[in-house]
Amino acid sequence: MTLISMTGSDAVRIVAHHPIVWFARRIFSGVVVVWAAATFAFLIQCVLPGDRAQIIINVTSGNVGPASSAELAAINAKYGFDQPLAVQYGKYILQILHGDLGESYQQHRPVAAIIAEQIGPTIVLAIAALLIAWLIAILTTLFIAGRDNIWSKLLNDTQVFLATVPPYWLATILLVLFAVKLGIFPVIGGNSPIGLVLPTLALALELSGFFGQVVQNEFTRVLEQPFVTSARARGMSDFGVRLRHVLRHAALPGITLSGWALGKLLSGAILIEVVFARQGLGGVLVAATSSRDVPIVSGAVLISAALFVLASIIVDLTYRVVDPRINLT
Amino acid sequence: MSQGSPQPVPQQPDLLRVESLRVSFGRSIAENTVVRSISFSLRPGQCLAIVGESGSGKSVTARSLIGLAGRYANVHARQLSFDGMDLIGLSDRAWRRIRGTEIGFVLQDALVSLDPLRRIGKEVGESLLLHGAVSSREELAQRVIALLKLVGVPEPETKAERLPHQLSGGQRQRALIASALALDPRILIADEPTTALDVTAQAHVLALLEETKTRGKALILISHDLAVVSRVADEILVMRGGEVVERGTAAQIFRDPRHPYTRQLLDAVPSGRPRGSRLSPSTIVRSPLQQMQLPLQSLPKSHPILLEATGLVKRFKGPDGTLRAAVDGVSFEMRSGETLGIVGESGSGKSTMARMVLALDEPDEGAVQFAGRPWTTLAECERRARRRSLSIIYQDPLGSFDPRWTVGRIISDSLSSDVETRRKRKERVIELLDLVGLSQALLDRRPLELSGGQRQRVAIARAIAPNPAVIVCDEPVSALDVSIQAQVLDLLGYLRDHLDVSYLFISHDLSVVRHISDRVIVMRRGRIVDSGVTDEIFRNPQSEYTKSLIAAMPRLVRDQQIGHSATILEEGIA
Repeated sequence: MTLISMTGSDAVRIVAHHPIVWFARRIFSGVVVVWAAATFAFLIQCVLPGDRAQIIINVTSGNVGPASSAELAAINAKYGFDQPLAVQYGKYILQILHGDLGESYQQHRPVAAIIAEQIGPTIVLAIAALLIAWLIAILTTLFIAGRDNIWSKLLNDTQVFLATVPPYWLATILLVLFAVKLGIFPVIGGNSPIGLVLPTLALALELSGFFGQVVQNEFTRVLEQPFVTSARARGMSDFGVRLRHVLRHAALPGITLSGWALGKLLSGAILIEVVFARQGLGGVLVAATSSRDVPIVSGAVLISAALFVLASIIVDLTYRVVDPRINLT
Repeated sequence: MSQGSPQPVPQQPDLLRVESLRVSFGRSIAENTVVRSISFSLRPGQCLAIVGESGSGKSVTARSLIGLAGRYANVHARQLSFDGMDLIGLSDRAWRRIRGTEIGFVLQDALVSLDPLRRIGKEVGESLLLHGAVSSREELAQRVIALLKLVGVPEPETKAERLPHQLSGGQRQRALIASALALDPRILIADEPTTALDVTAQAHVLALLEETKTRGKALILISHDLAVVSRVADEILVMRGGEVVERGTAAQIFRDPRHPYTRQLLDAVPSGRPRGSRLSPSTIVRSPLQQMQLPLQSLPKSHPILLEATGLVKRFKGPDGTLRAAVDGVSFEMRSGETLGIVGESGSGKSTMARMVLALDEPDEGAVQFAGRPWTTLAECERRARRRSLSIIYQDPLGSFDPRWTVGRIISDSLSSDVETRRKRKERVIELLDLVGLSQALLDRRPLELSGGQRQRVAIARAIAPNPAVIVCDEPVSALDVSIQAQVLDLLGYLRDHLDVSYLFISHDLSVVRHISDRVIVMRRGRIVDSGVTDEIFRNPQSEYTKSLIAAMPRLVRDQQIGHSATILEEGIA
């Protein structure tokens, strides 16, 4: 199609397939997902059993037992619980748009501030674990996969083992072995880089088992493809073919999994943080859930949704870079 | 230029010497020998063809020459030397210095032989980088473009930026050859370089190989098809079961084949035989059909119109979002009892049309009438009852079978529900197997346990099971070796003569279509460019396109009076 003969509708079609348009669409649908998550979090607050005002009074005062109706009315008026649901919802969404996630019942501080100061270590932990998992999966696959030897079989078994072991169990074992018995790493790491090692490993090992299996499967399949023979016939070494041709193909399913993995890591991190007594969202969230500090929990839901959307956009972009065959649709 | 006689250059020493090559797989006890005692030598400017059906050991032989026979292969030879250098027991590092630089290797089907995730230019330039033949990025780019130009890829600058799937089959294959020629190796080995291509692309690639030979390269050409190698080869080895059954100059082999297997291979080439004659030697159909109680379709013998397509149009959305007509106003009629051949290159809309005839896709415009009644315009629930009257045979039977089903179940599944009892159904299945020349011992086999020819026979048995009036054959023999192709074509011919069935026979292979069809339609870019009685079309083609297709047909040397490579039309449809 030449530019000269291009009609209006053709122009629209070309625009619709432009990467920027694709990206804008992707962002838009991401916003919709976050909005849905916000609505969900809001509705959960409303349908939770028990009177919200009563819960707030209990959480704030630490008393159990029913509050007086005057107290309840004051709280209802303060939080706007006496207004119609639609108005509450509207205000809630408006607040979110201003970056206000409400105030913690217990700490009397803005939820956004609490999450902001705690989320850093959690994200660092999750991303470190993702990178380490990828590194382990790639290196082991690159050197061992598809070779007919004892190492290849051992690798396979190890991956299956790691993928099925619960990370908190692994965390405990690592803790006992490396921190208590051998004393290489601190038992309670705080936020020092050395303290990051064991929690990261605990999370990454499980994931590397998953990645490893997926990547390795594809890797051995691609090793049999004719283009591998073609490259070998050009004089490329076995390792060269693995690195330059096969790995890229094998990484594709792993990249697809990464979006899911990041979500899994975030939830896994919460447990691991508790095991290692690390600072992070985990401790805050566990405390908030057990004390029914609803604004923190729903704030965390919202933030997780946003992170998830972000992760899946990054995954999509990466996929496009690695696999140029993908059409923009 | 294409006379079969060798041009020995006595001054030139042998470039490659192979003596008593033996290749086996597996370890000592369960050793499986696939190549036994093969010897040959190769001089510069000479082309050696190794011909045989799949499983004959020809590819393994070729791969042994670059040390890539496979991980579990044991390669032995009394002598295996390249330019005086002993190749036996070479380390991988030493092999790598030879691969690409001294011996280039081209595999079949460039779609999977080029890395599908890398740009063409990168693949072609890979050998240059690997062996340090270029010093800068600019030089690399220039060399790549020059190579693509050399092999005749149009617009090399833009094509270098494309991915393999964005090129046509012929262009891809040529790019693959370019990557093998990058370092100007002295020997080029091509393993089935034209098998996946349609005639015009095939002619291009063969011309390119021929030209490579005239530039003084030694060429080893591997193929299952004697017609393909007849144009380029000086010397031919015919292999079967890992052994050379016949060897000689091309002229000898084509004029005076000694071994019965060679004769069988020659006979299997449809373009070398009178139309409709038997192509395979053995009597493939064992039981006399008369004894069988096949309820034949009782169609009147006056050859009424069975299928009538009027103004079929089907459009698809292209990758850039624009609509493209895959089939653009096609009309034809097909009479009962006749075989209508449809020829065209890949992308000409043949298969799309077949899907519309089968009412699997709805035409955007036009309609198909079946046996004088509406067909494509019906609602699916009305059509379902009559669907059994139209069967299909696909190119790749493996893909059309459920891999977990047994042969018995596959065939039984398409029997009419009128056959009620389990025993009767089984009897019918055995009858059908017998009819297509398969033993009932195959009943409990699964598709993966069958050979390619057996699979296609099962597909045929399945197609005739519901007593169809029409069988749409979509490239039914394109994936098969010539010798198997011959048997399948014979079987189809036999069934047509004995069952009341008509074929809509789709193929890119003119010689096959010519062999089996009564009338032929030539399609290009979704339109009919030529149609008529088969002999008429081939004797007196009307359109330039048909003429060029016929000119590009691979023929055995003995059938060629004059040079045939005069007409090579412009590059096919992208």
